[in-house]
Amino acid sequence: MMTEPNTTPIVEMTGISISFPGVKALDGVDFRLLPGEVHALMGENGAGKSTLIKALTGVYGIDSGRIVVGGVDQVFAGPAEAQAAGISTVYQEVNLTDNLSVAENVMLGHEIRRFGLIDWHATRKAARTYLKALNLDIDPKSSLSSHSLAVQQLVAISRAMVVDARVLILDEPTSSLDSDEVARLFDVIRTLRDQGVAILFVSHFLEQIYAISDRITVLRNGSLVGEYTPAELPRVELVGKMIGRALEVLTELEGRSERAVVDRSGTPFMQAIGVGRRGSIEPFDLDIYPGEIVGLAGLLGSGRTELARLLYGADHADSGETLVSGQAVKLRNPRSGLAKSIVFSSESRKTEGIIGDLTVRENIVLGLQAERGWMRRVPRKKADDVVAQYIEALGVRPANPDAIAGNLSGGNQQKVLLARWLATAPKLLILDEPTRGIDVGAKAEIQKLVADLAAQGMAVVFISAELEEVLRLSHRIAVLRDRHKVAELVNSDDVTTDVVVDLIASGGTSA
Amino acid sequence: MTGLAQLTRHRLFWPIVALVVLLLASTLKSHSFLEVTVRDGHLYGAPIDILRRSSILLLVALGMTLVIATRGIDLSVGAVMAIAGAVTLTQIASSPDPGAVSTVAVAMLTGLAVCLVIGVFNGFLVAVLGIQPIIATLVIMTAGRGIAMLITGGQITTVTSAPYKTLASGFWLGLPVAALIAGVFFAVVALVTRRTALGVLIESVGINPTASRLAGVRARTIIWTVYVLCALFACIAGFLQSSNIMAADSNNAGLFIELDAILAVVIGGTSLAGGKFSLTGTLVGVLVITTLTLSITVIGIPVNAVSLFKALVVIVVCLLQSPVVQHKLRARRRQAAPVPVEVPA
Repeated sequence: MMTEPNTTPIVEMTGISISFPGVKALDGVDFRLLPGEVHALMGENGAGKSTLIKALTGVYGIDSGRIVVGGVDQVFAGPAEAQAAGISTVYQEVNLTDNLSVAENVMLGHEIRRFGLIDWHATRKAARTYLKALNLDIDPKSSLSSHSLAVQQLVAISRAMVVDARVLILDEPTSSLDSDEVARLFDVIRTLRDQGVAILFVSHFLEQIYAISDRITVLRNGSLVGEYTPAELPRVELVGKMIGRALEVLTELEGRSERAVVDRSGTPFMQAIGVGRRGSIEPFDLDIYPGEIVGLAGLLGSGRTELARLLYGADHADSGETLVSGQAVKLRNPRSGLAKSIVFSSESRKTEGIIGDLTVRENIVLGLQAERGWMRRVPRKKADDVVAQYIEALGVRPANPDAIAGNLSGGNQQKVLLARWLATAPKLLILDEPTRGIDVGAKAEIQKLVADLAAQGMAVVFISAELEEVLRLSHRIAVLRDRHKVAELVNSDDVTTDVVVDLIASGGTSA
Repeated sequence: MTGLAQLTRHRLFWPIVALVVLLLASTLKSHSFLEVTVRDGHLYGAPIDILRRSSILLLVALGMTLVIATRGIDLSVGAVMAIAGAVTLTQIASSPDPGAVSTVAVAMLTGLAVCLVIGVFNGFLVAVLGIQPIIATLVIMTAGRGIAMLITGGQITTVTSAPYKTLASGFWLGLPVAALIAGVFFAVVALVTRRTALGVLIESVGINPTASRLAGVRARTIIWTVYVLCALFACIAGFLQSSNIMAADSNNAGLFIELDAILAVVIGGTSLAGGKFSLTGTLVGVLVITTLTLSITVIGIPVNAVSLFKALVVIVVCLLQSPVVQHKLRARRRQAAPVPVEVPA
């Protein structure tokens, strides 16, 4: 059902610009939201979706531009004011209080009072009405934590409706829901839309966008690409508009069908023999040859990260022997790994990777500097050259060495981390979930980079929860389960995700 | 307009304003306040006095800045000053020739060695055993003065030694030796942290110790080092303090100086949460605190109200630096600007 185009927008944002130190997050973006429509906001990580939402809800002040809500010029000083104007937001992570009841969560701050005291009976009754409106038949007295994430998500929406919302912002509401739960959520969204609520919907899932949206606005690099209806914008074009140039990279990578054969006759770059650490990973053997990508497959908690940390020296092994280029080495700490040209990029970008308050330049040079020690500072000229080279090669955005690294989007932070390690000219690159939580464009670029580096002779250990990704890139795959390495197989076209899943499920006994 | 806005947003704007206001107020009250005269080839006057009096706090705050940049804190500095004075003066007093330069040099080296051990101890507790800095350094803060008392035998040890007296009371090239010593240390630390990679590595460890370690930075060594440096600087401060009164007063030497030092660091814009640090900021912070103490007497604040006045100035400076207040001020300025444009069409 299409909305009549002549309806007056409930929200009209014009020429919105917001800058953070070193980053232009939004640059003259226009956005409008009509009553009774579901409007999808699309873009990669770092395109400015969240910033635009935060500008609308008063979390961020805008540097320039105009926000009109319901025909009135508005400058919201905070989310509370935006809410008072009828704009409610449901965030990706459910922002509710686990240990309170459903009714308390729904009515928090809007409890019904009698003589100044809360009338719990009436409050629960009101909560039930709001829940019913979303076809949610649960006991308002029950504790929120006793319900599934999907129901909690719906409770969050009920809560958003208590304030009589005219605009409902759903920021990735489906990221942790299964397909039935998504269908249920969509029913609710449609009901609300038909009641005339304007819904702003953000999701990374293309199918969902096409299933629910009446209109799509695409952002890229903080700028508006355009506003479309789903009918006039086929999927491929939408992706193209979102990622621009990166689409070619993706198709190029997909087209790379034949894998280079890795010469495994010489000495492996690294040989782990019976290496293990009590309480973290059982002893394992692993050979990694130059130019080879070894993928680690396994479920969360199967010991992938633990294995990788031993290879780098982030933790030290309490059994076994490690050989680098045929020579026995002791990897006691990260420095000893670094000294052997082994580098490790952690899965926790924020807590174990990026130094948030330092600049992009300082972050990139950090690995090189650590290798040289504090007394021999990396000369400014050399630092500038290295930084410029990798910002260019990896396409770090913004391409500003003085930007504060913490202000960059996830994908760009990942690129900065990669640059840090590549600048040390490693021989073994260990990547733990380098593509998690980053958008499709950056993901494709990073995958291509890994493939290229291996082609140039670098040994790579690649960890990812996405089996497809592991299969696409790896020459060999080590399968882990319950802190054991249970199997190792050479990748070929016969190896499919099903094969690997079977191995994980069976614990390698059938292989 | 934007230039001015940028200026007011600068981290050191309000501390410097406070400094200027204090100097102006003092000059209004006593017109010769800013006058510097030459007497016997030495420079004299309140500004020189401020420099001389700042030297002890500057040395302590210098070490404190580095420690705070690594997310730490060192409460033991005052006690270390007391120990430095006790060790050194006891040795000079017991020597047959207290006036000899060699005696003083050996005594000071002994003092430095003892303080080095204390710094190593503090650093060990924090960097290796992972004890929270505030607790780890509390050990020496509380026990240190007892140790100093043991060394001096419970007495206030006094000495007569011309070379040692020079440290606090001497002049060189017309300037107080104490200020020169502090200045040299300040310059050396500033050079070493900014010309080598030490500064950025300290910041990196302070912002994110885990990530720094995984990046190959010797996080533990760096944290250990800053505690050792902090103790050594406190030791020099202890020399200056004891030289000033030519006595080792274990109970009062450097009493509560850790608080002034922390304050100076904070006024200078270095966050207690660690990370980015500013030595220039610390210098300004030290000057503000010292000038404040001196101005109070000049302006004629009753002695009883001194602490209150000091507290007021500090609160105002800290308020003006607070992100919330800065944000409010900026928002008000921005809101004020577009009003005339909003003329109905």
